Amino acid sequence: MNTPGGKQHSDDKRQPTPERNRVISTESDWTFDLIDRYNQEIERIAKDVYHLDCYPVQLELISSEQMMDAYASVGMPIGYNHWSFGKQFVITEKNYKRGQMNLAYEIVINSNPCIAYLMEENTLTMQALVIAHAAYGHNSFFKGNYLFKIWTDAEAIIDYLIFAKNYIAECEEKHGIQEVEEILDSCHALMNFGVDRYKRRAGETLEDEPHVQSDRELILQHHVNELWRQLNIHEPQEKENKSKRIPPEPQENILYFLEKNAPLLKPWQREIIRIVRKIAQYFYPQRQTQVMNEGWACFWHYTIMNHMYDEGLINDAAMLEFMHTHTNVIAQPDFDSPYYSGINPYALGFKMMMDIRNICENPTEEDLQWFPDIARSDWQTTLDFAMRNFKDESFIGQYLSPRLIREFRLFSVLDDDREENLSISAIHDDAGYRAVREKLSAQYNLSNREPNLQVYNVDHQGDRTLTLRYYKDRNRPLSDTTNEVIKHLHRLWGFKVEIESVESDGETRITHRCPQPASEELTID
Amino acid sequence: MAMIIDRRLDGRNKSAVNRQRLMRRYKQQIKKSVSDAISKRSITDTQSGEKINIPAKDVKEPIIHHGQGGIHENVHPGNKQFSQGDEVRRPEKSGQGGGGSQASNSGEGEDDFGFEISKDEYLDLLFEELALPNLVKTKVVAQSAKTLVRAGFSNTGVASNLNLLRTMRRAKGRKIAIASPYSKRCRELQQLLELELEKKPHNEEKIKGLREELALLRSRIDAIPFIDTYDLKFNQFIPQPKPITQAVMFCIMDVSGSMSQATKDIAKRFFILLYLFLSRSYEKTDVVFIRHHTSAKEVDEEEFFYSRETGGTIVSSALKLMRDIIRDRYPTEDWNIYAAQASDGDNWEDDSATCRNLMIDSIMPYLQYYAYVEIHNQEHQGLWREYEKVCTAFETFSMKQIRDAGEIYPVFHELFKRQEA
Repeated sequence: MNTPGGKQHSDDKRQPTPERNRVISTESDWTFDLIDRYNQEIERIAKDVYHLDCYPVQLELISSEQMMDAYASVGMPIGYNHWSFGKQFVITEKNYKRGQMNLAYEIVINSNPCIAYLMEENTLTMQALVIAHAAYGHNSFFKGNYLFKIWTDAEAIIDYLIFAKNYIAECEEKHGIQEVEEILDSCHALMNFGVDRYKRRAGETLEDEPHVQSDRELILQHHVNELWRQLNIHEPQEKENKSKRIPPEPQENILYFLEKNAPLLKPWQREIIRIVRKIAQYFYPQRQTQVMNEGWACFWHYTIMNHMYDEGLINDAAMLEFMHTHTNVIAQPDFDSPYYSGINPYALGFKMMMDIRNICENPTEEDLQWFPDIARSDWQTTLDFAMRNFKDESFIGQYLSPRLIREFRLFSVLDDDREENLSISAIHDDAGYRAVREKLSAQYNLSNREPNLQVYNVDHQGDRTLTLRYYKDRNRPLSDTTNEVIKHLHRLWGFKVEIESVESDGETRITHRCPQPASEELTID
Repeated sequence: MAMIIDRRLDGRNKSAVNRQRLMRRYKQQIKKSVSDAISKRSITDTQSGEKINIPAKDVKEPIIHHGQGGIHENVHPGNKQFSQGDEVRRPEKSGQGGGGSQASNSGEGEDDFGFEISKDEYLDLLFEELALPNLVKTKVVAQSAKTLVRAGFSNTGVASNLNLLRTMRRAKGRKIAIASPYSKRCRELQQLLELELEKKPHNEEKIKGLREELALLRSRIDAIPFIDTYDLKFNQFIPQPKPITQAVMFCIMDVSGSMSQATKDIAKRFFILLYLFLSRSYEKTDVVFIRHHTSAKEVDEEEFFYSRETGGTIVSSALKLMRDIIRDRYPTEDWNIYAAQASDGDNWEDDSATCRNLMIDSIMPYLQYYAYVEIHNQEHQGLWREYEKVCTAFETFSMKQIRDAGEIYPVFHELFKRQEA
């Protein structure tokens, strides 16, 4: 891949300046040969010039329809069958046909080799942009970021997905589409509560999954039988039993708890829960590093494309096309714009990465004061460190500079339902920088964003009611959809399910119940 | 070195299964959407697909998140005039301000979930569980399509159909049969000859005589022809008619002055539905369009649906015309005959009885099915009462009333619902 610049081309004669001799192509249509050459150059720049550490790259040319397929299956290259993916496809297709959506970027699989999709409709410049963005930007992020290192198996994910697809297809054959669909529906409803947030269970790798699956079915069933055994027997030992709680400590991974403990599930149903949970876990780091991941990828496509331009590998026309797309991607509409739909992770991430480089290279007085540790340091080392050791929440907490807060004109709004009006709690001024940064950081904290709901107790002496506890934070109630989700919980658990809410004053109150008691009126807020 | 793989050709329609799952799951809603659509969509686009709307709440995949209320604090970009401590009126109902962070979680907005289904999917849904009654008729007739099937062997035919095996077998048999007396004699003579040859003093004369007779017999055997015309066997093929279920559908519509534009519209839709259904269900279906006011006229499809005429109403004119057409062109032993009539129930008072008699005597006995829809929302008139008598006389006659366009589909469904065997 070590390609020294001076390539010979038929275009040479038309390009008078010696620098232009290096231009890879002046065409806008791609060919396999051209993509290969672009990729070689980008790889050289990424690895030799900027020292990005990447998985091997696999570029796959696909049609727009296949791109929509990939979108619909939430980026899983091999997905099991479920109606919700069909729905997603229909939505994607509709948006694409209306021209509301650009399909250019963003499908890249965290696998080894790293698979990046290139869509056939794109121009050559766009392909280069996507290669730089996904195949080297995202790729190096997947390989380097600590969350991905801890939580995902790039080596085994493809095999696992194939296993999952086949297993679920087999279940459909054995037990009927309807039954499998019901379990999957229920699992999907609880998918966000199917991840371990703090600690990876020892000895679980996706690689082993398919091999130990059948053993597990047996073992699991034994575990559950344990729960059953404690139901009616040993009346005199009640005291002892009482002290033994199930679960011994509150369990935040609800799907895990159900997989291991729900009494009535059949072994294959447990396996399906496990599959959904594994996939949720695989995607969990992506949900925690949206800003960083996109920012990192945008930063690198921007840097690499500019580097290529400086080396004369791409011409002005390509560069203009690139800038146009790039600008669209990192656009941030204001809060009062009709296009506003929250903070654009591409914009925030990209600007922050650029800002860090800037602080390293040309710090202002303010930067020196706010970031004494990184100002004037080597920007590549600093950025690499940031990429490896942070997630969105801590990244923003650490690196969001007053300059960017001013540039975005960030302000925070406090919405307290006890007050009549909203109040502006902080803006982009001296008094507000730290507060804005803190609040924005908290906004990306998934455990802030998602309700703190945990499996609290099983009434194994009585009617096996499963109690979940919602630790109410800042007085925010659970959404109305909880009434639907609790039905799914009930389906999996098989017996009564309750959610009790722990109020800020420490009092506990049952807010949701399934099945609904006929006579009693429930107070649901 | 990166791998570059061209995947464009494989795995198209990867989502097809998931799409089917979606359709399967929301069949009820989709069907409702389809039946709503048939009453609304204009006549000309029955050949296209349809946009399906499913209420958003039905397709939602619920997840638990924080609800409205409590304390939310969110950071937004693009501040223009606010300073710290400013108070702002709470925006009406959600919008930006409040639970902004939840917006991404709940996915789609509150709009109905809409998507396009193809024409085929549309029609399948539309006509599901519907079949014309008594489809299998007494006679399956030979139409243009015929196939050649093997039909044993024949003694005549063209050389290319010659069956060699059978021909040679027959030739061999014939030769054995004709030669058998000679062969027997031959064997005897041979034995005699051998005996004579063994006797020491040869009886030369006897030997010579035996040899001559033997030679004569051998030449006779050789003279039997190797193959004869009697031996020839040919493969035989006969043309067999491909069974086609033939049906003819009479569409009778009142276009008289008493039919309002809205009524005509409903009637038109009823027939369109019928026509679509027929052209889908039968390999060969003739459709005869008869429109009438005081006199009836056979018209083509275009004219039937789109031209306008007005006048009084004599229903029997149409029935007479139909009877004549059946007699002339659609002999009942060859055709399944169906008829559907749409009217507002208005008729000349004397004519209704004529209609009944016509129906009972010269139409219903030949018909597989007759569907009568009356489109209005007032009291029934004379024709309805007369037709009720027909209805009691013939099981194959059925009648329904439609009040507005939305009722077409249910009525249609009921009229033509699959009859339990």
